[in-house]
Amino acid sequence: MTSSMTRPLPSLAQYSGRDPNEPLAGPAESRYLGGMPRLLPPGPGPAGLRAHLARFGAPPLDWAGRGLVAELQAAGLTGRGGAAFPTYRKLAAVAGHRRPAVVIGNGAEGEPASSKDKTLLWAAPQLVLDGLQLAAAAIGSGTAGLYVHRDQRLHQWLAASIAERAAAGLDLVPVELIAAPARFLAGEESALASRAAGGPALPRFKPPRASERGVADRPTLVQNVETLAQLALIARYGAAWFRSAGTTDEPGSMLATLHQADGQMLVVETELGTPIRDLLRLPAPAVLVGGYHGAWIPGGLAERLPLTNAALRPLGAAVGAGVLAALPADRCGLAETARVVRYLALESAGQCGPCFNGLPRIAGALAELASPWPRPEIIADVRRWCGLVEGRGACRHPDGTVRLVRSALEVFAAELDQHILGRCAGSSNRPFLPLPPDLALDEADWR
Amino acid sequence: MERQLRVNPIACSGHGLCAELLPELITLDEWGYPILPGGPVPRRLHRHARRAVADCPALALALTDAA
Amino acid sequence: MTAITQSTALWYASRATGVVSLLLLTLVVVLGIAVNRQGRLPGLPAFAVTGLHRSVSLLSVLFIAAHVATAVIDPYVSIRAAAVVIPFVSAYQPFWLGLGAVSLDLIAALILTSLARARMPRRAWRGIHWLAYAAWPVALIHSIGASPDLRSGGLRLLAIGCTLTVGGAGLWRLAQRAREMPRAERAAAVLAASEPPVRRPARPSFVPDREAR
Repeated sequence: MTSSMTRPLPSLAQYSGRDPNEPLAGPAESRYLGGMPRLLPPGPGPAGLRAHLARFGAPPLDWAGRGLVAELQAAGLTGRGGAAFPTYRKLAAVAGHRRPAVVIGNGAEGEPASSKDKTLLWAAPQLVLDGLQLAAAAIGSGTAGLYVHRDQRLHQWLAASIAERAAAGLDLVPVELIAAPARFLAGEESALASRAAGGPALPRFKPPRASERGVADRPTLVQNVETLAQLALIARYGAAWFRSAGTTDEPGSMLATLHQADGQMLVVETELGTPIRDLLRLPAPAVLVGGYHGAWIPGGLAERLPLTNAALRPLGAAVGAGVLAALPADRCGLAETARVVRYLALESAGQCGPCFNGLPRIAGALAELASPWPRPEIIADVRRWCGLVEGRGACRHPDGTVRLVRSALEVFAAELDQHILGRCAGSSNRPFLPLPPDLALDEADWR
Repeated sequence: MERQLRVNPIACSGHGLCAELLPELITLDEWGYPILPGGPVPRRLHRHARRAVADCPALALALTDAA
Repeated sequence: MTAITQSTALWYASRATGVVSLLLLTLVVVLGIAVNRQGRLPGLPAFAVTGLHRSVSLLSVLFIAAHVATAVIDPYVSIRAAAVVIPFVSAYQPFWLGLGAVSLDLIAALILTSLARARMPRRAWRGIHWLAYAAWPVALIHSIGASPDLRSGGLRLLAIGCTLTVGGAGLWRLAQRAREMPRAERAAAVLAASEPPVRRPARPSFVPDREAR
């Protein structure tokens, strides 16, 4: 069903259907699927230290130095922050430098569409803190930090959780809470290292990587908070237990943030390999997979695919940060993409010429393509700019943005043709994908 | 020894000397920033590459051992 | 008029090479600012500006060396070799010559780090290079104080000209830095220039049975 209409371009005020930086009410919105809570606590409300110890016991810190890395290798745990890098290799790399190392749990979650890390920190902070201690013990580090989005209530909750453990004598290594600015790039590894050292959360040129020279020039192990929580479970129950969920190549459970077409947002614990149709209410015209550095896939394909990298990679997508969003039938996918890419362009650190020149130009062209009667020749401009920014920044921000843009041009090709004729299948202008309302225009916004 | 050109995109401010001194390998994009070739630098151009590295006002260009 | 002996020849040579050094240093500073601001000389590529900046600074090193050597060798006034690099230890005019030593030390730091710039950390080289803005004024004050040459006649006009040149270029450089787009605003600025204006439809839009907002 198509309609000719003029729609005003989305303005800043229309951005946030929901401010993703708003603190969550708590785990009331999270649930697990398949009756298999691992990370998320079974009851309502967050798990305090006593409930945590009653359920899991104390973390095996003595054994961690000897056996954890090998157990992680057997388990096949990969990073749950989006890059899916084998966790045991990261630990081995940092430990291999034989210099005093730093461990930091990354809970910044700069991705606006993802709420799983905040949910995990609210619901099961003790599991994350266990993982932090175990990782520190495994690589012999005496310095640990927890890098969390700058929210007062969340920080108070985590500080109290840390203090509870210290009072119980549970921790070998003191944990410092580090505040992350509300930036998309705040969780990038080198930006994290820069912020943890007291500077702004700006990505740095690599080499050297943080694993070699991170915070205060020390080898730094950066792990997503969900990865640390998984690690804490593997340390207790072993690799075979971990592999009892998920697929052979992609084992384990994972947290996913689901955006249903009716606006409901949910954080669920599920296992890799779960069919997407068991998570999202389909059919939908298209599904966004992975996050804002992820990719769109056609709704028809989404109905037939499992949530695995093996199934998604051929489509140019990946599990990523575990975000799944079903585009509502009355929204325009190009308009949603244009809003997101505008946000991504504004979230550029502004350090690298190709990025701060290319992304805003791509965003401007997408805004025109999302409106009625765009000039068709600007599609070629978008493709050229995508090719120019890819791989030419100090971090992967341009690459991830290009991935999203290319997938949109492909999945919404028919809509693009309709726009050129002055028609749009979307009948609603209401923003769907969540975006924060504030612009970062000051150096202080990066601290 | 195989050498590769790498640019620090944070340090680079688009002076463009590298493209002037090594036009066989380096071109400038439409915003004045260098586009580097992917592969190793041919031996006959090593001297020019070293000069481009030395002359960059921002010290953003480097000649590294090919990974 | 007194005969020009070997001694007075050395003294004249020191003063002359001093003046030329000051001129060359003025040129070096202006060229350095041009490099930083990506300024171009007509008809020349960008690498010519950096090349000129480097060549003139090495030339000034030669003239400073001659200026200093002739002053030390000249038996008319007692200037130890050590006073060339250690400030304020000269028997003759310790203060004004001391300033010359300070300037020479700063310039030596600039030259030596620049010769090794590919082999040192980028930020360290840059930090030391800022000392140029200290080295030039100190050299100027040394020139004015150490000899009456620059205080009258044509050479005074020259000194004023050099001061105005470096002062003007330096102030311009500061102004450019103040007006530079802050890093945090760069993407927003490009976006503002790239976003399409809200356009009116080419033909009147029609709303079908269902309200399309």
